Amino acid sequence: MTRVRVNGEEAEIGAGTIAELLVARGIDPGARFLAVAVNGAVVRRAEWPEAALAAGDEVEIVRPLQGG
Amino acid sequence: MSDPLLIAGTALNSRLFLGTAGYPNQQVMLDALEASGAELATMSIRRISLDGYSGSLVDLLGDRVRLLPNTSGCVTARDAILTAELAREALETDWVKLELIGDRETLYPDVEQLVPAADELVRKGFVVLPYCNDDPVTCQKLADVGCAAVMPLGSLIGSGRGLANPAAIELICARSPVPVVLDAGIGTASDAALAMELGCDAVMVNTAIARSHDPRRMAAAMRAAVEAGRLARLAGRIPERLFAEPSSPQLGLVGS
Repeated sequence: MTRVRVNGEEAEIGAGTIAELLVARGIDPGARFLAVAVNGAVVRRAEWPEAALAAGDEVEIVRPLQGG
Repeated sequence: MSDPLLIAGTALNSRLFLGTAGYPNQQVMLDALEASGAELATMSIRRISLDGYSGSLVDLLGDRVRLLPNTSGCVTARDAILTAELAREALETDWVKLELIGDRETLYPDVEQLVPAADELVRKGFVVLPYCNDDPVTCQKLADVGCAAVMPLGSLIGSGRGLANPAAIELICARSPVPVVLDAGIGTASDAALAMELGCDAVMVNTAIARSHDPRRMAAAMRAAVEAGRLARLAGRIPERLFAEPSSPQLGLVGS
């Protein structure tokens, strides 16, 4: 297991890549309008299947919402 | 009469930008969008619920309007820039409404951080529309670093107090080398008309429509007000006078 932070919360993940993390969270990596950053840098969608997560990584998973 | 607003080479036929938050429900929001005639709608970027992800407002909005993601709520340049980059990835748009908040109670912009953050985003290829103070110097600095437009506040976000300083807005409009979009504070249709009469190129409205008793009707009112204000601006208002100036002919008065 790897300890990371996902959207500000501590998480123990078995997943190795961003795509695997999304699936483990019940999020379809193919869903449109998602974006992911790791340690303050955006990881492009095409890289999700390969991008490995390491202990201590800070992951942000976002989508657009209503706004002004 | 064709009178498009050009921002970064993109023509917008409506000079009303619509915010999408705070409506009673999604259908009312979509109806208000239709009634407003807006071609640009703002969205926020937020963390996804870790319980899962289903559907999206973007599916409903994306075909109808150009989306303008914002960096609302960001208090550091670092977070605002990351939010803009996430928005670009999520929505496949280079456009961003840059908000950098310096005070949570007033939601006043943090100008000290805003200008360099705008500069950095422009360098990263973004079309930057910054929410900013109603201050001509700040607006000039934002234009100088390459912002595509400036969005000075009329009054505090969500306050509905209209244009707190119309003279400042008029001054900004007179000097700005880029389009001026009046952002924040609009309370009712006459506020939007006044902004346009003072020379604003467009008006951004959210709360005044979303929280009105009848958002569909208020959206239509804002549309009419923006169009009326724009036409009046182009037509040119008469100078104000201290004394009366008769409008009827003064010759041939009965009994003279």
